[in-house]
Amino acid sequence: MTAAPVEVGHGYTTTGLPNRKIAIWAFIGSECMLFASLISTYLIYKGRSMVGPFPHEGWVDAATGHRYKPILNIPVTSFSTFVLLMSSLAMVLALAAVENAEVPKRTLGDRILGDSRLWLFVTALLGMTFLGCQAYEFTSFVHEGVTIKTNLFGSSFFTLTGFHGAHVTAGVLWLLTLLSIDLKRGLGPKDALNVDIAALYWHFVDVVWIAIFTLVYLIQ
Amino acid sequence: MSDVDVGGQTDHGPHSLVHESHPGWSTYWKVAVVLTVITGVEVGIYYIPAFVRTWGFVPTMLVLSGIKFTIVVLFYMHLKYDNKIYRALFAGPFAIAAMALVGLLFLFGKVALRLGILRS
Repeated sequence: MTAAPVEVGHGYTTTGLPNRKIAIWAFIGSECMLFASLISTYLIYKGRSMVGPFPHEGWVDAATGHRYKPILNIPVTSFSTFVLLMSSLAMVLALAAVENAEVPKRTLGDRILGDSRLWLFVTALLGMTFLGCQAYEFTSFVHEGVTIKTNLFGSSFFTLTGFHGAHVTAGVLWLLTLLSIDLKRGLGPKDALNVDIAALYWHFVDVVWIAIFTLVYLIQ
Repeated sequence: MSDVDVGGQTDHGPHSLVHESHPGWSTYWKVAVVLTVITGVEVGIYYIPAFVRTWGFVPTMLVLSGIKFTIVVLFYMHLKYDNKIYRALFAGPFAIAAMALVGLLFLFGKVALRLGILRS
């Protein structure tokens, strides 16, 4: 005979913590392993491409004589990294605004900081800006001759950054959903857990990019 | 039934054991400035060829990246303030993932080559 689970209240575990928040942390833990496998695949294949173009070095195609520049565009990626970091700031401000939605706002600064719609919109906008930078980067790579089929660098790079971009896209859709709910009926302290879970996902996407930016783009 | 402050939000639950508060704007903007400065330093270092060629380049970049990672996790993801169970749920899989990554790099000779243990 198996013991029945202890019922401790709607939405809470025996630890006293909300089960959805425990679930998102467990999900983030599993995502760590996914991205570790993608990053290690990229690093293992780094420098083992038989043909160019290469990420950090120029290359001359012996067949055509065409000279290729190093493929990675550090200024654009630095900008998109900054954008993603700022989106994390906007996200924590959105969460704080939802948590404190019922606190009276006396000054203009309080009203701006306490506007969850503004901060959710800014976070989603910055996320879309990041995706725009990634689309620009992918397009320029294809124009310069690097696709997912060109060489080991192309395969591992597009797989890694493509997976990350897909996560950012899911995060933007999640944020826009929260924003539409906020516009429709307003988000308050009772919704803070939902926003907190979305925020954790968004920050995780940010920390993954912190690792990718250094390991893929900056370390040669 | 008492109100429970879980991770900064008030919610109705059966326990009053969990009480965590999150930092505010004054902490968040300082964190954003620190993250921006570290990113600027990383990109600046990238454009110093004399330093890029030295053995200290990769460790420096890894340390700076690790600091950024830790700051976001502690302050923006609130692990510094939240319950220890969340910390364990993140740190455990993260440690396994990090060890798997380093193990694979050793297995395929990347780290050994860089440290000069093997010859390419």
